[in-house]
Amino acid sequence: MSGLTEIQGAQRNGHRTIDPTRVPYRVFTDPELYAREQEQLFRGPTWNYLALEAELAKPGDFRANFIGETPVFVTRDAKGELHALVNRCAHRGAMVCREVRGNRKNMVCPYHQWSYDLNGTLRGVPFRRGINGKGGYPADFNLAEHSLTPLRLATYRGLVFGSFSDSVAPLPEYLGPAMREHLDTIFNRPITVLGFTRQLIHGNWKVYAENNKDPYHGSLLHMFHATFGSYRSSQDGGMVVNGAHSKMIALRAEETQEVSAYTQESVGSFSKTLKLADPSLLASRPEFDRFTTTIQFLFPTLVVQQISNTLATRQIVTLGLDRFELLVTYFGYQDDDAELREMRIKQANLIGPAGLISLEDGYAVELVQRSVSYDKRATSFIELGGRGTGDQDSLVTETAIRAFWKAYGELMGLQWGDAADESYGTARAD
Amino acid sequence: MQRMKATELRAQIEDFTAAYVECLDTDHLEEWPDFFTERCIYKVIPYENAALGMPIPLIYGDSRGMLRDRVVAHRNANFFAPHLYRHLVGRVRIVGEESGVISARANYAVFRTTLDPSDYGRSELFSVGVYQDKIVFENGQPRFLEKIVVVDTSQIPTLLVTPL
Repeated sequence: MSGLTEIQGAQRNGHRTIDPTRVPYRVFTDPELYAREQEQLFRGPTWNYLALEAELAKPGDFRANFIGETPVFVTRDAKGELHALVNRCAHRGAMVCREVRGNRKNMVCPYHQWSYDLNGTLRGVPFRRGINGKGGYPADFNLAEHSLTPLRLATYRGLVFGSFSDSVAPLPEYLGPAMREHLDTIFNRPITVLGFTRQLIHGNWKVYAENNKDPYHGSLLHMFHATFGSYRSSQDGGMVVNGAHSKMIALRAEETQEVSAYTQESVGSFSKTLKLADPSLLASRPEFDRFTTTIQFLFPTLVVQQISNTLATRQIVTLGLDRFELLVTYFGYQDDDAELREMRIKQANLIGPAGLISLEDGYAVELVQRSVSYDKRATSFIELGGRGTGDQDSLVTETAIRAFWKAYGELMGLQWGDAADESYGTARAD
Repeated sequence: MQRMKATELRAQIEDFTAAYVECLDTDHLEEWPDFFTERCIYKVIPYENAALGMPIPLIYGDSRGMLRDRVVAHRNANFFAPHLYRHLVGRVRIVGEESGVISARANYAVFRTTLDPSDYGRSELFSVGVYQDKIVFENGQPRFLEKIVVVDTSQIPTLLVTPL
Protein backbone atom coordinates (compact mmCIF):
# COMPACT_ATOMS: atom_id res chain seq x y z
CA MET A 1 0.00 0.00 0.00
CA SER A 2 1.30 3.40 -0.88
CA GLY A 3 0.45 6.50 1.05
CA LEU A 4 -0.01 7.12 4.71
CA THR A 5 -1.33 4.53 7.07
CA GLU A 6 -3.14 4.84 10.32
CA ILE A 7 -1.58 5.67 13.60
CA GLN A 8 -3.05 2.57 15.21
CA GLY A 9 -0.72 -0.37 15.18
CA ALA A 10 3.00 -0.49 15.34
CA GLN A 11 4.87 2.39 16.80
CA ARG A 12 7.85 3.44 14.74
CA ASN A 13 10.86 5.58 15.39
CA GLY A 14 9.29 7.32 18.35
CA HIS A 15 7.91 10.26 16.30
CA ARG A 16 4.41 9.34 15.42
CA THR A 17 3.00 12.80 15.07
CA ILE A 18 3.68 15.35 12.42
CA ASP A 19 6.51 17.78 13.05
CA PRO A 20 4.65 21.03 12.42
CA THR A 21 7.84 22.85 11.50
CA ARG A 22 8.63 20.35 8.72
CA VAL A 23 5.54 19.45 6.76
CA PRO A 24 6.10 17.06 3.87
CA TYR A 25 4.86 18.52 0.60
CA ARG A 26 3.06 15.35 -0.18
CA VAL A 27 0.22 16.62 2.01
CA PHE A 28 -0.59 18.70 -1.07
CA THR A 29 -0.09 16.01 -3.68
CA ASP A 30 -1.14 12.62 -2.28
CA PRO A 31 -4.45 11.43 -3.77
CA GLU A 32 -4.96 8.90 -0.96
CA LEU A 33 -4.63 11.61 1.61
CA TYR A 34 -7.16 13.72 -0.28
CA ALA A 35 -9.65 10.85 -0.39
CA ARG A 36 -9.10 10.33 3.31
CA GLU A 37 -9.77 13.99 4.03
CA GLN A 38 -13.12 13.71 2.34
CA GLU A 39 -14.12 10.92 4.73
CA GLN A 40 -12.32 11.66 7.97
CA LEU A 41 -12.24 15.38 7.90
CA PHE A 42 -15.10 16.85 5.85
CA ARG A 43 -17.46 13.99 6.69
CA GLY A 44 -15.82 13.58 10.08
CA PRO A 45 -15.99 15.48 13.39
CA THR A 46 -15.95 18.99 11.92
CA TRP A 47 -18.48 21.78 11.49
CA ASN A 48 -18.56 22.96 7.88
CA TYR A 49 -19.79 26.39 6.85
CA LEU A 50 -22.86 26.24 4.64
CA ALA A 51 -24.42 29.69 4.37
CA LEU A 52 -25.32 32.87 6.12
CA GLU A 53 -28.76 32.86 7.68
CA ALA A 54 -29.31 36.16 5.87
CA GLU A 55 -29.34 34.13 2.64
CA LEU A 56 -32.18 32.03 4.04
CA ALA A 57 -34.37 34.72 5.48
CA LYS A 58 -37.80 33.51 4.36
CA PRO A 59 -39.62 30.17 4.61
CA GLY A 60 -38.91 28.23 1.42
CA ASP A 61 -35.48 29.78 0.89
CA PHE A 62 -32.75 27.30 0.04
CA ARG A 63 -29.09 27.36 -0.81
CA ALA A 64 -27.00 24.62 -2.42
CA ASN A 65 -23.43 24.10 -1.30
CA PHE A 66 -20.78 21.46 -0.72
CA ILE A 67 -19.06 19.86 2.25
CA GLY A 68 -15.83 18.67 0.77
CA GLU A 69 -17.07 17.25 -2.51
CA THR A 70 -20.41 16.09 -1.10
CA PRO A 71 -23.28 18.18 -2.48
CA VAL A 72 -25.60 19.44 0.23
CA PHE A 73 -28.27 22.06 0.56
CA VAL A 74 -29.80 24.12 3.32
CA THR A 75 -33.45 25.03 3.54
CA ARG A 76 -35.73 27.07 5.72
CA ASP A 77 -39.03 25.23 6.02
CA ALA A 78 -42.53 26.64 6.37
CA LYS A 79 -42.15 26.72 10.15
CA GLY A 80 -38.97 28.74 9.81
CA GLU A 81 -36.64 25.93 10.83
CA LEU A 82 -33.35 25.35 9.05
CA HIS A 83 -32.36 21.97 7.65
CA ALA A 84 -29.18 20.70 6.04
CA LEU A 85 -29.56 17.75 3.67
CA VAL A 86 -27.40 15.73 1.36
CA ASN A 87 -28.31 16.78 -2.16
CA ARG A 88 -28.95 13.29 -3.45
CA CYS A 89 -32.25 11.64 -4.16
CA ALA A 90 -32.99 8.63 -1.93
CA HIS A 91 -34.14 6.75 -5.01
CA ARG A 92 -31.27 6.48 -7.51
CA GLY A 93 -28.89 9.23 -6.53
CA ALA A 94 -29.73 12.21 -8.73
CA MET A 95 -29.07 15.72 -7.49
CA VAL A 96 -32.36 17.01 -6.16
CA CYS A 97 -31.66 20.72 -5.64
CA ARG A 98 -30.43 22.06 -8.96
CA GLU A 99 -30.26 25.79 -8.32
CA VAL A 100 -27.64 27.59 -6.29
CA ARG A 101 -30.33 29.43 -4.39
CA GLY A 102 -34.02 30.14 -4.58
CA ASN A 103 -37.36 29.70 -2.87
CA ARG A 104 -39.57 26.62 -3.19
CA LYS A 105 -42.33 24.88 -1.29
CA ASN A 106 -40.77 21.47 -1.83
CA MET A 107 -37.95 19.77 -3.70
CA VAL A 108 -38.73 17.49 -6.58
CA CYS A 109 -36.07 15.25 -8.06
CA PRO A 110 -36.15 15.80 -11.83
CA TYR A 111 -35.25 12.20 -12.66
CA HIS A 112 -38.43 10.45 -11.44
CA GLN A 113 -40.21 13.28 -9.63
CA TRP A 114 -39.79 12.00 -6.14
CA SER A 115 -41.05 14.87 -4.04
CA TYR A 116 -39.58 15.97 -0.71
CA ASP A 117 -40.55 18.44 1.96
CA LEU A 118 -37.98 21.08 2.80
CA ASN A 119 -37.01 19.04 5.87
CA GLY A 120 -36.10 16.15 3.56
CA THR A 121 -39.14 13.95 4.22
CA LEU A 122 -40.29 12.03 1.17
CA ARG A 123 -43.89 13.05 0.41
CA GLY A 124 -44.73 11.25 -2.76
CA VAL A 125 -43.50 9.09 -5.61
CA PRO A 126 -45.19 8.74 -9.01
CA PHE A 127 -46.85 5.46 -9.94
CA ARG A 128 -46.44 4.09 -6.45
CA ARG A 129 -49.21 1.53 -7.07
CA GLY A 130 -48.24 1.03 -10.69
CA ILE A 131 -50.74 1.38 -13.53
CA ASN A 132 -53.86 -0.75 -13.74
CA GLY A 133 -52.57 -2.95 -10.95
CA LYS A 134 -49.31 -3.65 -12.74
CA GLY A 135 -45.90 -2.53 -11.63
CA GLY A 136 -45.33 -0.03 -8.84
CA TYR A 137 -43.69 -0.51 -5.50
CA PRO A 138 -44.13 -3.52 -3.21
CA ALA A 139 -46.89 -3.29 -0.62
CA ASP A 140 -44.40 -2.73 2.20
CA PHE A 141 -42.88 0.34 0.54
CA ASN A 142 -42.75 3.03 3.21
CA LEU A 143 -42.26 6.66 2.24
CA ALA A 144 -40.90 7.43 5.71
CA GLU A 145 -37.91 5.18 5.10
CA HIS A 146 -36.70 7.13 2.09
CA SER A 147 -36.04 10.64 3.23
CA LEU A 148 -33.07 12.70 2.11
CA THR A 149 -30.02 12.17 4.31
CA PRO A 150 -30.03 14.85 6.99
CA LEU A 151 -26.94 16.50 8.41
CA ARG A 152 -26.56 17.99 11.83
CA LEU A 153 -27.07 21.72 11.59
CA ALA A 154 -26.04 24.46 13.97
CA THR A 155 -25.88 28.21 13.74
CA TYR A 156 -23.76 30.74 15.50
CA ARG A 157 -24.44 34.47 15.10
CA GLY A 158 -26.16 33.87 11.79
CA LEU A 159 -23.52 31.56 10.34
CA VAL A 160 -24.92 28.19 9.34
CA PHE A 161 -22.79 25.07 9.74
CA GLY A 162 -23.42 21.43 8.98
CA SER A 163 -21.79 18.22 10.11
CA PHE A 164 -21.94 14.54 9.17
CA SER A 165 -20.65 13.61 12.60
CA ASP A 166 -22.69 12.53 15.60
CA SER A 167 -19.68 12.90 17.86
CA VAL A 168 -18.46 16.38 16.97
CA ALA A 169 -18.60 18.81 19.89
CA PRO A 170 -21.49 21.28 19.95
CA LEU A 171 -20.68 24.22 17.66
CA PRO A 172 -19.92 26.81 20.38
CA GLU A 173 -17.50 24.41 22.02
CA TYR A 174 -16.00 23.45 18.66
CA LEU A 175 -15.28 27.11 17.94
CA GLY A 176 -14.00 27.91 21.40
CA PRO A 177 -14.27 31.20 23.33
CA ALA A 178 -11.61 33.16 21.43
CA MET A 179 -13.11 32.36 18.02
CA ARG A 180 -16.63 33.01 19.28
CA GLU A 181 -15.60 36.37 20.65
CA HIS A 182 -14.54 37.48 17.19
CA LEU A 183 -17.75 36.27 15.55
CA ASP A 184 -19.63 38.15 18.29
CA THR A 185 -17.80 41.29 17.19
CA ILE A 186 -18.25 40.93 13.42
CA PHE A 187 -21.80 39.57 13.54
CA ASN A 188 -22.96 41.99 16.20
CA ARG A 189 -26.15 43.03 14.41
CA PRO A 190 -28.30 42.02 11.42
CA ILE A 191 -26.36 41.81 8.18
CA THR A 192 -27.32 42.16 4.57
CA VAL A 193 -25.61 40.20 1.78
CA LEU A 194 -24.08 42.44 -0.89
CA GLY A 195 -22.85 39.87 -3.37
CA PHE A 196 -20.55 37.00 -4.22
CA THR A 197 -17.32 36.34 -6.04
CA ARG A 198 -15.86 33.00 -7.05
CA GLN A 199 -12.31 32.11 -7.86
CA LEU A 200 -10.97 28.86 -9.28
CA ILE A 201 -7.53 28.19 -7.87
CA HIS A 202 -5.35 25.36 -9.12
CA GLY A 203 -3.88 24.20 -5.86
CA ASN A 204 -4.57 22.00 -2.87
CA TRP A 205 -7.01 23.59 -0.44
CA LYS A 206 -4.52 23.38 2.42
CA VAL A 207 -2.07 25.66 0.64
CA TYR A 208 -4.78 28.28 0.90
CA ALA A 209 -5.47 27.36 4.53
CA GLU A 210 -1.80 28.07 5.25
CA ASN A 211 -2.08 31.37 3.39
CA ASN A 212 -4.81 32.51 5.76
CA LYS A 213 -2.71 31.64 8.78
CA ASP A 214 0.31 33.46 7.46
CA PRO A 215 0.57 37.13 8.43
CA TYR A 216 4.19 37.13 7.21
CA HIS A 217 3.19 37.33 3.55
CA GLY A 218 0.54 39.97 4.08
CA SER A 219 2.59 43.03 3.35
CA LEU A 220 5.35 41.28 1.38
CA LEU A 221 3.33 39.53 -1.30
CA HIS A 222 0.60 42.16 -1.38
CA MET A 223 2.48 45.36 -2.19
CA PHE A 224 -0.41 47.68 -2.97
CA HIS A 225 -0.41 49.58 0.31
CA ALA A 226 3.36 49.80 0.39
CA THR A 227 3.50 51.03 -3.20
CA PHE A 228 1.04 53.82 -2.58
CA GLY A 229 2.31 54.66 0.88
CA SER A 230 -1.14 53.97 2.27
CA TYR A 231 0.02 51.33 4.67
CA ARG A 232 -1.18 52.30 8.11
CA SER A 233 -0.46 49.18 10.02
CA SER A 234 2.88 49.07 11.74
CA GLN A 235 2.64 45.30 11.85
CA ASP A 236 1.15 45.65 15.32
CA GLY A 237 -1.16 42.82 16.10
CA GLY A 238 -1.04 39.15 16.77
CA MET A 239 -2.25 35.65 16.22
CA VAL A 240 -4.79 33.87 18.38
CA VAL A 241 -4.77 30.12 17.95
CA ASN A 242 -7.19 27.39 18.88
CA GLY A 243 -6.00 24.19 17.26
CA ALA A 244 -6.74 24.40 13.55
CA HIS A 245 -8.77 27.58 14.08
CA SER A 246 -7.00 30.91 14.20
CA LYS A 247 -7.45 34.61 13.95
CA MET A 248 -5.05 37.25 12.81
CA ILE A 249 -5.55 40.74 14.12
CA ALA A 250 -3.74 43.72 12.62
CA LEU A 251 -4.03 46.95 14.56
CA ARG A 252 -4.20 50.46 13.19
CA ALA A 253 -0.91 52.21 13.76
CA GLU A 254 -0.75 55.35 15.81
CA GLU A 255 0.01 58.32 13.61
CA THR A 256 3.54 58.46 14.94
CA GLN A 257 4.25 54.88 13.97
CA GLU A 258 3.72 55.22 10.27
CA VAL A 259 7.25 54.50 9.30
CA SER A 260 7.21 50.77 9.19
CA ALA A 261 9.81 48.11 9.08
CA TYR A 262 9.81 48.26 5.28
CA THR A 263 11.66 51.51 5.01
CA GLN A 264 14.31 50.33 7.37
CA GLU A 265 14.78 47.08 5.54
CA SER A 266 14.16 48.45 2.03
CA VAL A 267 11.80 45.66 1.15
CA GLY A 268 10.49 45.63 -2.41
CA SER A 269 9.34 48.80 -4.00
CA PHE A 270 8.58 50.74 -0.87
CA SER A 271 11.28 53.30 -1.61
CA LYS A 272 9.46 54.79 -4.59
CA THR A 273 6.18 55.75 -3.06
CA LEU A 274 3.49 56.60 -5.59
CA LYS A 275 0.35 58.56 -4.93
CA LEU A 276 -3.19 57.49 -5.65
CA ALA A 277 -4.80 59.72 -8.28
CA ASP A 278 -8.17 59.06 -6.63
CA PRO A 279 -7.82 58.31 -2.91
CA SER A 280 -11.58 57.82 -2.60
CA LEU A 281 -10.73 54.17 -3.19
CA LEU A 282 -9.49 53.95 0.38
CA ALA A 283 -12.16 56.10 2.02
CA SER A 284 -13.11 54.20 5.13
CA ARG A 285 -14.76 54.51 8.50
CA PRO A 286 -13.40 52.92 11.69
CA GLU A 287 -15.77 50.20 12.82
CA PHE A 288 -13.94 47.79 15.05
CA ASP A 289 -11.88 49.68 17.57
CA ARG A 290 -8.26 49.58 16.40
CA PHE A 291 -8.62 46.56 14.12
CA THR A 292 -7.73 47.33 10.52
CA THR A 293 -7.69 43.74 9.43
CA THR A 294 -8.90 40.54 10.99
CA ILE A 295 -8.65 37.21 9.23
CA GLN A 296 -10.29 34.38 11.09
CA PHE A 297 -9.90 30.83 9.90
CA LEU A 298 -12.48 28.37 11.17
CA PHE A 299 -11.42 24.86 10.34
CA PRO A 300 -11.87 23.30 7.95
CA THR A 301 -13.09 25.62 5.22
CA LEU A 302 -14.24 29.03 6.45
CA VAL A 303 -12.47 32.35 6.56
CA VAL A 304 -14.20 35.36 8.10
CA GLN A 305 -12.49 38.47 6.89
CA GLN A 306 -12.68 42.11 7.89
CA ILE A 307 -10.34 44.33 5.95
CA SER A 308 -11.10 47.97 6.60
CA ASN A 309 -14.85 48.14 5.81
CA THR A 310 -15.00 45.00 3.70
CA LEU A 311 -16.75 42.17 5.46
CA ALA A 312 -16.93 38.72 3.96
CA THR A 313 -16.98 35.02 4.48
CA ARG A 314 -14.71 33.01 2.24
CA GLN A 315 -15.49 29.35 1.79
CA ILE A 316 -13.03 26.85 0.41
CA VAL A 317 -14.81 24.31 -1.79
CA THR A 318 -12.60 21.36 -2.67
CA LEU A 319 -12.83 20.31 -6.31
CA GLY A 320 -10.09 17.70 -6.30
CA LEU A 321 -6.56 17.21 -5.05
CA ASP A 322 -5.20 20.27 -6.82
CA ARG A 323 -8.23 22.47 -7.39
CA PHE A 324 -10.59 24.43 -5.21
CA GLU A 325 -13.11 27.20 -5.53
CA LEU A 326 -12.99 30.16 -3.23
CA LEU A 327 -16.52 31.44 -2.74
CA VAL A 328 -16.62 34.87 -1.14
CA THR A 329 -19.86 36.23 0.31
CA TYR A 330 -19.75 39.99 0.94
CA PHE A 331 -21.97 41.62 3.48
CA GLY A 332 -22.71 44.83 5.31
CA TYR A 333 -25.13 45.65 8.10
CA GLN A 334 -28.79 46.30 7.64
CA ASP A 335 -28.39 49.67 9.32
CA ASP A 336 -25.52 50.86 7.08
CA ASP A 337 -26.07 54.39 5.85
CA ALA A 338 -25.66 55.10 2.14
CA GLU A 339 -22.13 56.40 2.55
CA LEU A 340 -20.90 53.33 4.43
CA ARG A 341 -22.59 51.01 1.95
CA GLU A 342 -20.83 52.86 -0.88
CA MET A 343 -17.50 52.50 0.95
CA ARG A 344 -17.99 48.75 1.25
CA ILE A 345 -18.75 48.51 -2.47
CA LYS A 346 -15.79 50.65 -3.49
CA GLN A 347 -13.43 48.81 -1.15
CA ALA A 348 -14.49 45.58 -2.84
CA ASN A 349 -11.79 46.68 -5.32
CA LEU A 350 -9.26 45.67 -2.71
CA ILE A 351 -10.34 42.08 -2.14
CA GLY A 352 -11.55 39.06 -4.07
CA PRO A 353 -10.25 37.63 -7.37
CA ALA A 354 -9.46 41.11 -8.75
CA GLY A 355 -8.58 42.63 -5.39
CA LEU A 356 -5.72 45.12 -5.39
CA ILE A 357 -4.46 43.75 -2.08
CA SER A 358 -5.54 40.14 -2.50
CA LEU A 359 -5.36 38.93 -6.07
CA GLU A 360 -1.82 37.64 -5.55
CA ASP A 361 -3.03 34.87 -3.24
CA GLY A 362 -4.49 32.81 -6.07
CA TYR A 363 -1.21 32.94 -7.92
CA ALA A 364 0.86 32.23 -4.79
CA VAL A 365 -1.12 29.05 -4.12
CA GLU A 366 -0.51 27.91 -7.68
CA LEU A 367 3.20 28.67 -7.43
CA VAL A 368 3.42 26.37 -4.41
CA GLN A 369 1.37 23.62 -5.99
CA ARG A 370 3.45 23.64 -9.16
CA SER A 371 6.78 23.44 -7.44
CA VAL A 372 5.91 20.79 -4.84
CA SER A 373 4.21 18.46 -7.29
CA TYR A 374 7.33 16.46 -8.04
CA ASP A 375 9.54 16.30 -4.97
CA LYS A 376 7.09 14.80 -2.54
CA ARG A 377 9.65 14.05 0.11
CA ALA A 378 10.76 17.62 0.55
CA THR A 379 9.30 19.54 3.45
CA SER A 380 8.47 23.14 4.13
CA PHE A 381 10.29 25.12 6.82
CA ILE A 382 7.90 26.66 9.31
CA GLU A 383 9.88 28.20 12.18
CA LEU A 384 8.99 31.87 11.97
CA GLY A 385 8.19 32.98 15.50
CA GLY A 386 9.74 29.84 16.95
CA ARG A 387 8.49 26.28 17.00
CA GLY A 388 5.47 26.63 19.26
CA THR A 389 1.80 26.55 18.43
CA GLY A 390 0.35 29.05 20.90
CA ASP A 391 -0.91 32.62 20.67
CA GLN A 392 1.65 35.28 19.77
CA ASP A 393 1.44 39.05 20.02
CA SER A 394 3.35 39.42 16.79
CA LEU A 395 2.54 39.19 13.12
CA VAL A 396 5.99 37.93 12.26
CA THR A 397 5.10 34.38 13.09
CA GLU A 398 3.91 31.12 11.60
CA THR A 399 2.47 29.82 14.86
CA ALA A 400 -1.02 29.34 13.42
CA ILE A 401 0.34 27.33 10.50
CA ARG A 402 2.14 24.99 12.91
CA ALA A 403 -1.00 24.67 15.03
CA PHE A 404 -2.99 23.85 11.90
CA TRP A 405 -0.69 21.00 10.89
CA LYS A 406 -0.60 19.65 14.40
CA ALA A 407 -4.38 19.55 14.63
CA TYR A 408 -4.70 18.26 11.08
CA GLY A 409 -2.28 15.42 11.79
CA GLU A 410 -4.23 14.42 14.88
CA LEU A 411 -7.60 14.56 13.21
CA MET A 412 -6.42 12.56 10.23
CA GLY A 413 -4.94 9.94 12.53
CA LEU A 414 -1.80 9.48 10.48
CA GLN A 415 1.57 8.05 11.26
CA TRP A 416 4.08 10.49 9.89
CA GLY A 417 7.31 8.79 10.87
CA ASP A 418 10.48 10.40 12.12
CA ALA A 419 11.17 13.85 10.79
CA ALA A 420 14.84 12.96 10.59
CA ASP A 421 14.04 9.99 8.39
CA GLU A 422 14.13 10.79 4.70
CA SER A 423 10.97 8.80 4.17
CA TYR A 424 9.12 11.10 6.59
CA GLY A 425 5.56 11.45 5.51
CA THR A 426 5.82 8.78 2.87
CA ALA A 427 4.65 5.19 2.68
CA ARG A 428 4.40 3.10 5.82
CA ALA A 429 3.45 -0.50 5.48
CA ASP A 430 4.40 -1.79 8.90
CA MET B 1 -32.00 58.44 -36.39
CA GLN B 2 -31.59 58.82 -40.12
CA ARG B 3 -30.43 55.72 -41.91
CA MET B 4 -27.05 57.04 -43.05
CA LYS B 5 -26.32 58.63 -39.74
CA ALA B 6 -27.11 55.42 -37.85
CA THR B 7 -24.77 53.43 -40.07
CA GLU B 8 -22.01 55.95 -39.65
CA LEU B 9 -22.51 56.09 -35.89
CA ARG B 10 -22.38 52.34 -35.60
CA ALA B 11 -19.16 52.25 -37.59
CA GLN B 12 -17.65 54.82 -35.24
CA ILE B 13 -18.73 52.91 -32.14
CA GLU B 14 -17.42 49.66 -33.58
CA ASP B 15 -14.05 51.25 -34.36
CA PHE B 16 -13.96 52.66 -30.86
CA THR B 17 -14.72 49.25 -29.34
CA ALA B 18 -12.05 47.62 -31.50
CA ALA B 19 -9.51 50.24 -30.44
CA TYR B 20 -10.46 49.67 -26.78
CA VAL B 21 -9.82 45.93 -26.84
CA GLU B 22 -6.67 46.38 -28.93
CA CYS B 23 -5.33 48.68 -26.22
CA LEU B 24 -5.82 45.91 -23.64
CA ASP B 25 -4.62 43.09 -25.88
CA THR B 26 -1.41 44.92 -26.77
CA ASP B 27 -0.69 45.88 -23.18
CA HIS B 28 -1.00 49.63 -23.72
CA LEU B 29 -2.65 49.88 -20.32
CA GLU B 30 -1.45 53.41 -19.69
CA GLU B 31 -3.76 54.53 -22.53
CA TRP B 32 -6.73 52.56 -21.23
CA PRO B 33 -8.11 55.26 -18.88
CA ASP B 34 -8.26 57.70 -21.81
CA PHE B 35 -11.07 55.65 -23.32
CA PHE B 36 -13.20 56.98 -20.45
CA THR B 37 -14.56 60.40 -19.53
CA GLU B 38 -13.03 62.10 -16.50
CA ARG B 39 -16.04 61.18 -14.38
CA CYS B 40 -17.09 57.73 -15.49
CA ILE B 41 -18.17 54.31 -14.35
CA TYR B 42 -16.12 51.23 -15.12
CA LYS B 43 -17.61 48.24 -13.43
CA VAL B 44 -16.83 44.55 -13.85
CA ILE B 45 -19.53 42.57 -12.11
CA PRO B 46 -20.14 38.82 -11.95
CA TYR B 47 -23.31 37.65 -13.68
CA GLU B 48 -24.27 36.09 -10.35
CA ASN B 49 -24.51 39.48 -8.63
CA ALA B 50 -26.05 41.26 -11.61
CA ALA B 51 -28.76 38.60 -11.76
CA LEU B 52 -29.44 38.91 -8.03
CA GLY B 53 -29.46 42.71 -8.14
CA MET B 54 -26.52 42.76 -5.73
CA PRO B 55 -23.93 45.52 -6.01
CA ILE B 56 -20.57 43.87 -5.29
CA PRO B 57 -18.21 44.34 -8.26
CA LEU B 58 -14.97 42.64 -9.15
CA ILE B 59 -13.54 45.97 -10.32
CA TYR B 60 -15.16 49.35 -9.88
CA GLY B 61 -13.94 52.81 -10.74
CA ASP B 62 -15.91 56.05 -10.83
CA SER B 63 -13.18 58.32 -12.14
CA ARG B 64 -10.43 58.17 -14.72
CA GLY B 65 -8.05 58.60 -11.78
CA MET B 66 -9.21 55.35 -10.21
CA LEU B 67 -8.57 53.57 -13.48
CA ARG B 68 -5.09 55.10 -13.63
CA ASP B 69 -4.45 53.87 -10.08
CA ARG B 70 -5.35 50.36 -11.18
CA VAL B 71 -2.83 50.57 -13.99
CA VAL B 72 -0.14 51.87 -11.64
CA ALA B 73 -0.91 48.99 -9.26
CA HIS B 74 -0.81 46.55 -12.16
CA ARG B 75 2.63 47.79 -13.18
CA ASN B 76 4.18 48.36 -9.74
CA ALA B 77 2.37 46.53 -6.98
CA ASN B 78 0.46 43.48 -8.14
CA PHE B 79 2.06 40.10 -8.62
CA PHE B 80 0.68 37.64 -11.14
CA ALA B 81 1.61 35.34 -13.99
CA PRO B 82 2.52 37.32 -17.10
CA HIS B 83 -0.14 36.77 -19.71
CA LEU B 84 -1.71 37.95 -22.95
CA TYR B 85 -5.35 38.70 -23.57
CA ARG B 86 -7.18 38.32 -26.87
CA HIS B 87 -10.62 39.86 -26.91
CA LEU B 88 -13.15 38.72 -29.46
CA VAL B 89 -16.03 41.15 -29.55
CA GLY B 90 -19.30 40.34 -31.26
CA ARG B 91 -21.30 42.78 -33.28
CA VAL B 92 -21.91 46.03 -31.46
CA ARG B 93 -25.59 46.88 -31.22
CA ILE B 94 -26.66 50.42 -30.49
CA VAL B 95 -29.71 50.13 -28.28
CA GLY B 96 -30.52 53.78 -27.72
CA GLU B 97 -29.46 57.39 -27.81
CA GLU B 98 -30.62 60.06 -25.41
CA SER B 99 -29.23 63.56 -24.96
CA GLY B 100 -26.03 62.63 -26.75
CA VAL B 101 -25.48 59.48 -24.69
CA ILE B 102 -25.34 56.39 -26.87
CA SER B 103 -26.15 53.05 -25.29
CA ALA B 104 -24.51 50.06 -26.91
CA ARG B 105 -24.08 46.37 -26.19
CA ALA B 106 -21.70 43.72 -27.40
CA ASN B 107 -20.79 40.21 -26.35
CA TYR B 108 -17.14 39.56 -25.65
CA ALA B 109 -14.88 36.59 -25.06
CA VAL B 110 -11.36 36.87 -23.70
CA PHE B 111 -8.76 34.16 -24.19
CA ARG B 112 -5.87 34.35 -21.77
CA THR B 113 -2.48 32.97 -22.74
CA THR B 114 -0.09 32.35 -19.88
CA LEU B 115 3.54 33.36 -20.26
CA ASP B 116 5.07 32.10 -17.04
CA PRO B 117 7.52 29.18 -17.10
CA SER B 118 5.17 26.43 -15.98
CA ASP B 119 2.44 27.17 -18.50
CA TYR B 120 4.14 29.13 -21.25
CA GLY B 121 1.88 29.47 -24.24
CA ARG B 122 -1.16 27.78 -22.72
CA SER B 123 -4.37 29.51 -23.76
CA GLU B 124 -7.73 29.22 -22.10
CA LEU B 125 -11.11 30.79 -22.36
CA PHE B 126 -10.73 33.23 -19.51
CA SER B 127 -13.89 35.24 -19.54
CA VAL B 128 -17.09 35.58 -21.50
CA GLY B 129 -19.80 38.14 -20.99
CA VAL B 130 -21.37 41.32 -22.26
CA TYR B 131 -20.33 44.95 -22.50
CA GLN B 132 -23.10 47.36 -21.57
CA ASP B 133 -21.77 50.75 -22.60
CA LYS B 134 -22.81 54.39 -22.48
CA ILE B 135 -20.74 56.45 -24.88
CA VAL B 136 -20.49 60.20 -25.39
CA PHE B 137 -18.53 62.26 -27.89
CA GLU B 138 -16.04 64.76 -26.50
CA ASN B 139 -14.65 67.02 -29.26
CA GLY B 140 -15.57 64.38 -31.77
CA GLN B 141 -13.84 61.64 -29.78
CA PRO B 142 -16.02 58.84 -28.41
CA ARG B 143 -15.46 57.97 -24.75
CA PHE B 144 -17.10 55.67 -22.25
CA LEU B 145 -19.26 57.54 -19.81
CA GLU B 146 -20.06 54.11 -18.43
CA LYS B 147 -18.83 50.64 -19.18
CA ILE B 148 -20.43 47.77 -17.32
CA VAL B 149 -18.85 44.40 -17.98
CA VAL B 150 -21.20 41.62 -16.90
CA VAL B 151 -19.03 38.53 -16.57
CA ASP B 152 -20.84 35.26 -17.23
CA THR B 153 -17.67 33.48 -16.11
CA SER B 154 -18.42 34.25 -12.48
CA GLN B 155 -15.81 31.70 -11.43
CA ILE B 156 -12.62 33.62 -12.19
CA PRO B 157 -9.71 31.37 -13.16
CA THR B 158 -6.91 32.22 -10.70
CA LEU B 159 -7.20 36.02 -10.76
CA LEU B 160 -8.35 39.04 -12.71
CA VAL B 161 -5.79 41.83 -12.91
CA THR B 162 -5.86 43.11 -16.47
CA PRO B 163 -9.09 44.96 -17.27
CA LEU B 164 -11.71 43.42 -19.55
